[in-house]
Amino acid sequence: MQEKLVLNFKELAQRYEKEVEKFAQGHRLCAGCGAPIALRHMFMAAYPDDVVISNATGCVEVSTTLYPFTSWRVPYIHSAFENAAATIAGAESMYKSLKRQGKINKEIKFVAVAGDGGTYDIGFQALSGAMERRHNILYICYNNEAYMNTGIQRSSATPFGASTTTAPAGKKVPGKLQPRKDLTAIIVEHRPDYVAQASINNPRDFMTKVRKALDKSGPTFINVLAPCPRGWQHPSEETIEMAQLAVDTCIWPLYEVDEGYRWKVNYIPKEKKPVKEWLEKQGRFKHLFSPKYEGLIEEIQKYVDREWEILLKKAEIFS
Amino acid sequence: MQKFDAFTGNLAVATAMKQVNPDVCAAYPITPSTDIMMIFSDFVANGEVNTELVTVESEHSAMSACIGAALAGGRVMTATSSAGLAYMWELLGVASGLRCSMIMTCVNRALSAPLNIHCDHSDAMGARDTGWIQIFSENAQEAYDNIIQAVRITEHRDVRLPVMVCLDGFIISHSYEKMQYMEDKDVKDFIGEFKPYRSLLNVDKPETFGAMVLPNYYMEFKRQVREGMENARQVILEIGKEFGDKFGRYYSYFEEYMLEDAEVVFVVMSSAAGTVKHVVNNLRKRGVKAGVLKPRVFRPFPHVEASRVLRNAKFICVLDRAETFGGEGGPLYLEIKSALQTDKNNVPVVSRIFGLGQRDFLPIHVENLYEEIEAFFKTGKIKMFDYVNVRE
Ligand SMILES: Cc1ncc(C[n+]2csc(CCOP(=O)(O)OP(=O)(O)O)c2C)c(N)n1
Ligand code: SF4
Ligand SMILES: [Mg+2]
Repeated sequence: MQEKLVLNFKELAQRYEKEVEKFAQGHRLCAGCGAPIALRHMFMAAYPDDVVISNATGCVEVSTTLYPFTSWRVPYIHSAFENAAATIAGAESMYKSLKRQGKINKEIKFVAVAGDGGTYDIGFQALSGAMERRHNILYICYNNEAYMNTGIQRSSATPFGASTTTAPAGKKVPGKLQPRKDLTAIIVEHRPDYVAQASINNPRDFMTKVRKALDKSGPTFINVLAPCPRGWQHPSEETIEMAQLAVDTCIWPLYEVDEGYRWKVNYIPKEKKPVKEWLEKQGRFKHLFSPKYEGLIEEIQKYVDREWEILLKKAEIFS
Repeated sequence: MQKFDAFTGNLAVATAMKQVNPDVCAAYPITPSTDIMMIFSDFVANGEVNTELVTVESEHSAMSACIGAALAGGRVMTATSSAGLAYMWELLGVASGLRCSMIMTCVNRALSAPLNIHCDHSDAMGARDTGWIQIFSENAQEAYDNIIQAVRITEHRDVRLPVMVCLDGFIISHSYEKMQYMEDKDVKDFIGEFKPYRSLLNVDKPETFGAMVLPNYYMEFKRQVREGMENARQVILEIGKEFGDKFGRYYSYFEEYMLEDAEVVFVVMSSAAGTVKHVVNNLRKRGVKAGVLKPRVFRPFPHVEASRVLRNAKFICVLDRAETFGGEGGPLYLEIKSALQTDKNNVPVVSRIFGLGQRDFLPIHVENLYEEIEAFFKTGKIKMFDYVNVRE
């Protein structure tokens, strides 16, 4: 049995409060954006480690590094959209080399931060390569389920039925016709040291996962759901609620896979809510409630139920 | 002390890399450069270098990892060719824009389509405006010497731009020739210790690299890249001289071959220069005042100096191993033609494209070119642009 990691959140919060916030206020992300919530929690969990960040092009990058300002009080590099993983791998390799040569002796952690587009799609190859080469890095995907920075285009993380600007709901087409790709599971198949799905509504769970990941000495990956009020079309103040509903309906289960094979579901709702409750709160699914597209919500429910069942089975078998 | 031995171009580069002993190398296989990293991997496997070798899954990631590594404050090297360089293209401007010190060997190879693994310069020419210093090598010796000088150039405070050292695929990369090489210690002394200017690993003084820059500041960043390029001019000369003083082989922007009194001048880079020099020797025997200008540094291009050494030419034929499709002539031709304008020199200059995809370029082709030029002196007529050794 492995030791259970228990973060003392009260103590952590008290200590962190005295620190200068690593992710500075004054950035230009939208009010109610889920991404900065994840980032602040990440830094809190990483405290007091020194981290170097590589960030892919996307909402976070454009909104936090507008020259001559920066929100990052840690070393930070943005190079391009599809290469956050390769860039951090390069920095980590230099660190390894200099450490081996005795030219540096500090302990430093390496973290890549990218959106779902920069992770599931265009950055997928670089991510896969970095995982396979077993760099000592943590890759965090803040997942808002579309290319938000360029104006809400569909990505392979966009769920079935969501309306986006490149898969809009119209008279004939009910938004995106394909279910999203299960990237978390694909990363598990790379057998990194640690993989997890998290959501910003549950900071305790997310922060514990970040800590666990940073304590490993190989590749780790966390996919954190970070709703986007603009793209999902919900009021800014309901961001956390959207994330909460996603886990309560089990469309976004919280789970982790340790050492490549130990599956654990971290949150099993007392009462699994119908997915409809999540869908109806978001403008991007509005069309699914019109008579024209009757039956699709049931389809989505079936899909969610099946995926949830598979996950529980996996966790039961490989625990 | 220097020793002689037989080297292929790739072995020469790998040997220089071993002596430089970079902290990180990230590379991906592509013919004809693959060899370099294969040989270098042996050095890593046998503990002959301290290098962390990152065997990335693509050239895009190779250049990305090199950028991350370079900004983390150490020596970085890579090698590629053709499609590999094209695949890196997006990141080439990132590397220069973020003022990365690093060295890439480009073993020149044609671009697709049609697929061709053999030599031409279209890969490097596609990268000519990306803010990389570009140095072309005629043979293995020059490739070796250029790599070692490139370390000093790319790391120079006033430059801090990435350097691309080019050598011709197969013709140089895979042919053995006699070459002189230095002792490890002498190379080490020449290149010195690496002192990072800024570093991602400086956690006590965190910096943001690669910010988002709007129209209000963007242009200043680019102007600074140009400044680095301009500063490189002097630095390249100084280091070429220092290298010569130490090791006996002097380097500057270009080689002038029988140029002083030359009336017919061929301008050509890399391995083909050898062929042209050979023909020039024969022409000289016949009393023809012919000469060769062999540019070594293509970026920054030495316009003023090139124009000066071309002052007495009565006819200039620029030979390019790359196309500009729809441009007036090849890329080297365009540089030479604009260089001549610095002196308002209206000497006739023609563009000839040769050796694409490593089409043979033999002494007979240079002799034919000379015949065309000879005819021009009588008739005043010549094609301004043409291909060499091509089917109709
Ligand atoms: C090679 C390349 N292709 C396309 C783009 C344009 N682009 C920039 S950000 C972006 C979408 C980002 O989406 P995601 O990664 O999900 O992050 P988000 O904006 O949603 O936070 C796109 C398409 C780019 N910068 N580079
Ligand atoms: S568009 Fe969405 S993801 Fe982007 S900053 Fe706004 S809320 Fe955040
Ligand atoms: Mg996104």
